[in-house]
Amino acid sequence: MRHRLPAGLLAAPLAWLGVAYLGALAMIFATAFFTTDSFTGQVVRTFSLDNYRQVLTPTYLTIIGRTILVAALVTVLCILLAVPFAWFMARVVPARWRGVAVALVLVPLWASYLVKAYAWRAMVQPSGVLDSAFGTTPGYGLAAVVLTLTYLWLPYMVLPVYAGLDRLPESHLEASADLGASGWTTFRRVVLPAVKPSVAAGTVFTFSLSLGDYIAVSIVGGKLQMLGTAVLQNNTLDLPFAAALGSVSVLVMVVYLLAVRRAGALDNL
Amino acid sequence: MRTGPRARAAWWVFAALVLAFVYVPLAVVGVNSFNQDKTFGWPPSGFTTQWWATAFQAQGPRDALVTSVKAGLGATAIALVLGSLLALALARYDFFGKTAVNLLVILPIALPGIVTGLALQSVITGLLTPVFGIPAGLFTIIVGHATFCIVVVFNNATARLRRMGTSLEAASADLGAGPWMTFRRITLPLLAPSLVAGAVLAFGLSFDEIVVTTFTAGPGTPTLPIWIFNNLFRPNQAPVVNVVAVVLVLVSILPVWLAQRLSGGDAAGSRL
Repeated sequence: MRHRLPAGLLAAPLAWLGVAYLGALAMIFATAFFTTDSFTGQVVRTFSLDNYRQVLTPTYLTIIGRTILVAALVTVLCILLAVPFAWFMARVVPARWRGVAVALVLVPLWASYLVKAYAWRAMVQPSGVLDSAFGTTPGYGLAAVVLTLTYLWLPYMVLPVYAGLDRLPESHLEASADLGASGWTTFRRVVLPAVKPSVAAGTVFTFSLSLGDYIAVSIVGGKLQMLGTAVLQNNTLDLPFAAALGSVSVLVMVVYLLAVRRAGALDNL
Repeated sequence: MRTGPRARAAWWVFAALVLAFVYVPLAVVGVNSFNQDKTFGWPPSGFTTQWWATAFQAQGPRDALVTSVKAGLGATAIALVLGSLLALALARYDFFGKTAVNLLVILPIALPGIVTGLALQSVITGLLTPVFGIPAGLFTIIVGHATFCIVVVFNNATARLRRMGTSLEAASADLGAGPWMTFRRITLPLLAPSLVAGAVLAFGLSFDEIVVTTFTAGPGTPTLPIWIFNNLFRPNQAPVVNVVAVVLVLVSILPVWLAQRLSGGDAAGSRL
């Protein structure tokens, strides 16, 4: 069935994604080079690098640095939780319960993103759940944001890693053990190389989603400023500057994608 | 690898802790929707069904629910058509620029949502409203949602087309059926369950979306998530917000369960 592609098949989707969506993206990247007339609040369409100069001031460099730090912390925490948990799902749970384990991870993936962020408000608030259960709470701020984002993106890490471990043949582990390797050596020399691409694929989600988030930050972050909240704040008053900040997050993401491409992450997406 | 009984127990304890981390916060929202205390001090001092009764009578959430359902249906319809067209083109034909098209489909969910939102907003305020007279509202919400829902339908349909193989379609062609006849009698019926699964999931995704919606919804048409977010920081609305939040979780989980039954497997993973 490898006939010539009927032109009609791609016309509508390409008009939508290729023209409307890419056009919109092009427009926003162009807007980043415009300025706002501080008197009328209108966008002035003359080329200028002022917005990017402002992005490079200490105030915004701090926000960008903090956002990257949060995204990195969230990614590391997700790996630390997800890799052992995925191992548990793939190797410890009896085969007939594996479907249940997968469902238990899938349900929170789809359960409302907003409500999951909101749920952590009740957890970290003063005299909230953490306070009453452990006698202490991080309160609203950076720690709560990292915790909430880790919570939000955990399934995005567990599922690819589980898929990767599921593909790893039991015989490889047995061979390694038969050749005298300890559990730790087998993990380091057999398991880790096998799941590396899956972990890299998972980090694309945890990193990208953390980078652009403003919902969780405004719900549990208190006064914390991140890239997402800064974009939102400037959005109505100074669209070109908001666009410049937004394009920074895309730039960071592109650099990150190029870095993980070497780990084979993109073949798994 | 051999694991002793002790190591096994440790694994189960670890897994139980992770699952507690995942489910306790959601359970807390559920319990809080019956919490008598309006500030949600923990543990609850007493329970009441009063907030549920109040929420059912409140006009705001009800209007928002209607907007969300309309937006979900509109976006799903568009995503269904565009997503299945794309899946057919990419799975069954070779053409120039195939990788680029593939990338284009996942771009709306790969880029930070705030960028997609900002981009759509600048088109609305810069082009749609001044030139075509279309204000931000239900229509623009649907356009935004459809853009990132396409990938869910596309992923489901593509997975199915790959598993189906091409032998039945080839047989149909050998027996003298034209491409349209083959599509109508062979491809479409085999593809249908995955399309329904994709559509159900697209609806769930749209129903729950807030990041892009913040930028595309006008002030007069909040969706359910937007309504929650707008009322989140108003203390006297807090109990109703909790009830609406529970409803939102239930409505967003339902499609996954449905889709899993329809496709008999891995449909719910198509969000990745």
